[in-house]
Amino acid sequence: MEYIIIIIAAIFVNNIVLNQFLGVCPFLGVSKKISTAVGMTGAVTFVMVIATMVTYLIQVYILNPLGLQFLQTIFFILVIASLVQLVEIILKKVSPSLYQALGVFLPLITTNCAILGVAILTYQKEFNLMQGVVFAIANAIGFGLALVLFAGLREHLDLMNIPKGLKGTPIALIVAGILAMAFMGFSGLV
Amino acid sequence: MNQLQNFTKGFIKENPVFVLLLGMCPTLGVTSSAINGLGMGLATTFVLLMSNVVISTIKNVIPSKVKIPSFIVVIASLVTVVELVMQAYLPELYKSLGLFIPLIVVNCIVLGRAEAFASKNTIFSSAVDGLGMGLGFAFALTLLGAARELLGSGKIFDLTIFPEDYGMLLFVLAPGAFIVLGYLIALITRLNKA
Repeated sequence: MEYIIIIIAAIFVNNIVLNQFLGVCPFLGVSKKISTAVGMTGAVTFVMVIATMVTYLIQVYILNPLGLQFLQTIFFILVIASLVQLVEIILKKVSPSLYQALGVFLPLITTNCAILGVAILTYQKEFNLMQGVVFAIANAIGFGLALVLFAGLREHLDLMNIPKGLKGTPIALIVAGILAMAFMGFSGLV
Repeated sequence: MNQLQNFTKGFIKENPVFVLLLGMCPTLGVTSSAINGLGMGLATTFVLLMSNVVISTIKNVIPSKVKIPSFIVVIASLVTVVELVMQAYLPELYKSLGLFIPLIVVNCIVLGRAEAFASKNTIFSSAVDGLGMGLGFAFALTLLGAARELLGSGKIFDLTIFPEDYGMLLFVLAPGAFIVLGYLIALITRLNKA
């Protein structure tokens, strides 16, 4: 039950992109086509879950016992940056087809604030390891849901007759706002 | 390009938020009021200025293979400094900005300026560039924060412009951030063309 609450809260109520504003850069950047949106979601899910696990263990077993909590930001970002590299190298070797699909998106993920954000949130919310993993998966799904929905809307936008001044980013942001409004309907669910 | 142009380009012509579209997460996340936007903008300005100075100082020492990781370490250390100082002296602002302070590390503007400008230019012009870009970012955040605060609650910097009952709460909440930023970008693009 507790896990279900975490999942529903992370996907719908506090959607990571539309409510918490984490990962807005890829949300705007790679949402022009549904297929790239799906690829990006895959890569984010992969890295987010691993990064949350590793940063959690580092926080609990290295930083806390040594009283080095103030180094959290530096440690976490270094871990994420090296993880992304590592995942890239391993994927290339183990599963070339998956690497082909996710390859382009992996380097972009280091600067995706959703990854660092979820890692820090997991610690701040005082989750245990299992809850942290579930939280990371749910957030990745939430990210994917928002991204794919938005990509679908943007594909339609291309065909619309939009006022000249609003073409491109402005109309995309306004549509994102309306999407966020729709997600507000979920608030109070949990 | 002279130093004055170097300084002022960040405000309108190459504004990080309105034109380059970098650093969207804090831009949308913290601008529920003008004061939050200004606080976040100034914190980022400090990090941007210092990281540009440090990186242009050590640019010749860093091997090109570990360039990006070393930039990230420099930036992360500066962010930690900001975090601790804010926690000590501005606890209220620290609380309302919350998660977005450590997230300055992954703000693309900081790394972007380090890579595109500071790693190629002298210390002085890097400092000017960092300050200009940072203040441009702060300007954008304050503008967005003020617009949202005014539409949402009828106030700017807690100064009442019209009664709060007429405010549309939507603009203080998440969707308002996207919508107001969308219109502001359209406006700035128009101004840049004119």
